[in-house]
Amino acid sequence: MPRITKFSSSDKTYIEKLCQLNWQILLMIFLIAGVGFSMLYSAANGDLSPWASRQMLRFGIGIVLMLAISIIDIRFWLKMSYMLYGISFILLATVDVLGSVAMGAQRWLDLTLFQLQPSEIMKIVMVMALARYFHGLEVGDVGKLRYLVIPVLLIVAPIALVLRQPDLGTAGVLGLIGAVLLWLAGIRIWQCLIFSFSSVAAIPIGWQFLHEYQKQRILTFINPELDPLGSGYNIIQSKIAMGSGGLFGKGFMEGTQSHLNFLPEKQTDFIFTMLAEEFGFIGGTALIGLYALLITYCVFISFSCRSQFARLLSMGLVVNFFLYLFINMAMVMGLVPVVGVPLPLISNGGTAMLTVLIGFGLVMSCGLHKGIYINRRGASLTR
Amino acid sequence: MLNRGEEDQYRVFSRRAAILVGGKAVLFSTLIGRMYYLQVIEGDRYQLMAEENRINLRLLTPSRGQIFDRFGVPLAVNQQNYQVLIKSENTPDIEKTLTHLGRLIPLSSDDRKRILKDVSRKKKFVPILVREHLEWEDVARIEVNAPDLPGITIESGSLRFYPQGKAAFHALGYVGAVSPKHKTGDRLLELPGFKVGLSGVEKTFDLALRGQAGSSQLEVNALGRVIRELDRKEGKTGQNIILTIDTSLQILAMKALEGKTGSIVVLDVHTGATMVQASSPSFDPNNFTNGLSENEWKVLSEDERAPLRNKAIAGEYAPGSTFKMIVALAALEAGIINKNTTFFCSGSLTLGDGKFHCWKRYGHGLTSLRKGISQSCDVYFYELSRRVGIDRIAIMAKRFGLGQHLDLDIPGSRPGLIPNKAWKKAAIGKKWVGGETLLAAIGQGFVLTTPLQLATMVARLANGGKAITPFVARDIISRNKLTSRADFPASDMGLNPKHLKLVVKSMEAVINNQWGTAYRARIMVPGMGMGGKTGTSQVRRITQAERDSGILKNEQLPWKRRDHALFVGFAPIESPRYAVSVVIEHGGGGSKIAAPIARDIMVDTLNRDPAGQAPGADVSESPTIHKEV
Repeated sequence: MPRITKFSSSDKTYIEKLCQLNWQILLMIFLIAGVGFSMLYSAANGDLSPWASRQMLRFGIGIVLMLAISIIDIRFWLKMSYMLYGISFILLATVDVLGSVAMGAQRWLDLTLFQLQPSEIMKIVMVMALARYFHGLEVGDVGKLRYLVIPVLLIVAPIALVLRQPDLGTAGVLGLIGAVLLWLAGIRIWQCLIFSFSSVAAIPIGWQFLHEYQKQRILTFINPELDPLGSGYNIIQSKIAMGSGGLFGKGFMEGTQSHLNFLPEKQTDFIFTMLAEEFGFIGGTALIGLYALLITYCVFISFSCRSQFARLLSMGLVVNFFLYLFINMAMVMGLVPVVGVPLPLISNGGTAMLTVLIGFGLVMSCGLHKGIYINRRGASLTR
Repeated sequence: MLNRGEEDQYRVFSRRAAILVGGKAVLFSTLIGRMYYLQVIEGDRYQLMAEENRINLRLLTPSRGQIFDRFGVPLAVNQQNYQVLIKSENTPDIEKTLTHLGRLIPLSSDDRKRILKDVSRKKKFVPILVREHLEWEDVARIEVNAPDLPGITIESGSLRFYPQGKAAFHALGYVGAVSPKHKTGDRLLELPGFKVGLSGVEKTFDLALRGQAGSSQLEVNALGRVIRELDRKEGKTGQNIILTIDTSLQILAMKALEGKTGSIVVLDVHTGATMVQASSPSFDPNNFTNGLSENEWKVLSEDERAPLRNKAIAGEYAPGSTFKMIVALAALEAGIINKNTTFFCSGSLTLGDGKFHCWKRYGHGLTSLRKGISQSCDVYFYELSRRVGIDRIAIMAKRFGLGQHLDLDIPGSRPGLIPNKAWKKAAIGKKWVGGETLLAAIGQGFVLTTPLQLATMVARLANGGKAITPFVARDIISRNKLTSRADFPASDMGLNPKHLKLVVKSMEAVINNQWGTAYRARIMVPGMGMGGKTGTSQVRRITQAERDSGILKNEQLPWKRRDHALFVGFAPIESPRYAVSVVIEHGGGGSKIAAPIARDIMVDTLNRDPAGQAPGADVSESPTIHKEV
């Protein structure tokens, strides 16, 4: 049963809010980012440049942004949800036209230190918009088909744009997040089944629209040995590097496979492989443990929120974060195809760092304002 | 308190969220389980695979093909490039070793800083470059002091060297570092320090010169140290290229151009083989091998005399009177004039409200074709062009290779410009006016040609109307392979031999008739008679006021406003073998400046007779280098 007995005041000053921040989450974020810096240091053969120092700078900027977001009232975010969604959608449509071409796919808007990737922002604002929508619905209405039209559109429209780019991984993640939100909001079980079946049925149709390199990735995933020097190379080398790490690993900066450059992209997508090579099963498990703890603290926040908006928002963002790290790790272990998803808070790169920290800012905002009651229209009623 | 709806909402959410969290836990366990499988259960197997991962494939740079002239004189060769390297694991005290080395060869503090930084970054057994491009004496000094220099080794790479320096710069081209736009997937291009041809023959024949990479399979230990070489496939040395250029003549031509801006081209009229292709001022291509500093590049590229431009193929000049043969042939072929047709030159011709002057103020009087060409009467050609029309002149010019890129083996040629009515409509949007035809007839106005085109034109006149095309390399490159140039005879242009003969005879009179414009540049040696045509093309407009007060002499004008001096010619008269074209930018009068230069180079050419001599030993197979004295 809900234990919503204490209501915190919404009139807290920003200083008070900062003091009440969930320090466990902050601690986890710093620990994980710290692991990331040392891995980047190792990847550069014991040098802060070119990766680690820039990454620290990005992390610093991201943390400030995160704290600023977290102390802003959750009702403000609720009000802004649809607007932010609209802006992001326009941005996403813009990269279609303007975006610079990176790795054969149009995804980026270049902002020097960070590359703005609207599809990443979209993951966050889609959760916001869906949470906002379901916040205004009775649980009994959620299952009704006419109330499902808008949320399904909110999910499908950005997916369609992302697929045009084409970014298979992000499209899949967006779809999964959307589905989770629908499920959490309370759609019927049989509706879930219909959704799953129609998604599965869409696969052969979607296959036709895939680019050759995407088909190649999926095929070599199924049998990487087919093409040991081509696209299967990454997976094989990653497995060798990780496997040769053994139980305790080869030691910091001693990973031979990574340092002799057998391992590709060790500073970005395959950074977990390097960690597992240098610190072994123990080290890899420890990092997974840190991630699990971070997620657990966020889930606690989600359960303690008074408004449906905050609950859905925080849970949705946690799912987003989880998908990031799960897909990355599963990819480097050869469990899912190489889709080019970074390891959050660790891989070198600006966009992922920024979006993940923005997400945690929102989760912490939910935590700071968990007692606030918000009615269906979005107006608050503080007791 | 909560209402019922909210309670429902919360109940649904918490139940489903709990399932979701459970799902995450399962997935996390999957990851850990997979890691356990890979690292602990299969760990040994992967460790073995990691050991096997130790075979490194290393590319071996092939040495670049050499370039020789027609007699086997080396034009582009590879020189040893001595490098000093240091291995930090073999030297107990790097600072001390470097200080010691600094006494033998100059080492800047920047060098030292870079070396120490590299040392701290790289593994101990990786050799680090200390300095390259060492002189042999430095190498010897280091070798002698080897006991005091632990960890120092000397390796020799290869460096492109152009023994002729400035003389053959433009046609030869130069090599430089690979830039991203060159990358084609050839793995050679990824090698550090690899050079590609950036200009001239070096560029056209780059793929043949480059050769094929060899490879060496190295066994490295788990730390990356090379244990031994398992397999070695030698690469294929790049193919040698032989040019048609005669270096000795080329050097003489460069000397003739010294201090001047311009170019000289000498062609074999029967084959189109280029004997000389000189462009001045020139530049030493060796400076490009190690990369130019920004400043050096700036000086070179902003010089108003454009040392980097190959003026022989990329300099576009109004041909002046050297264009008159084209007008004459167009009129002859159109049946408008014959040998005996005369026009009266009073010193000028009035067309509409324009007055068109002859260079000779009081006129040539009654003028035939022979006189018109040999004394370069402008009015005669005004009269001709009025009757022939610009379009027929343009067609004849194109047949002689003007106004088009000539199929040459080096990049960067310019097409020049042969105007006609349609061209003006399209490019300027205005109708062609009659006066422009008159200007074109004396090679002024819109008409632009390159020295190479002019030489080609003369060659085609002198060889009896065969459409030869000029070239500089003995072989051609087709589909990335070096193959022999097809030896088919040049096609006949289908001109009336009588007309050709009349024009050629008139050109002989230019030099050998005492009234001819180049009489002073005649060759006295029997059997070496030359025919030709002078040209002086204005780069400024002469006003009526200036005409009245006396036209300014070139010496009175600033360099940029002086006339271009041109001369085209062929020799020997009896059976022409060589065609020459000389263009001196802002040099002054064609007869005074260009004709003597052409005469000198033609005498040298006839004396050496490079086309008549058998080429030297076949250097394409065995690169034996014999120096010309």
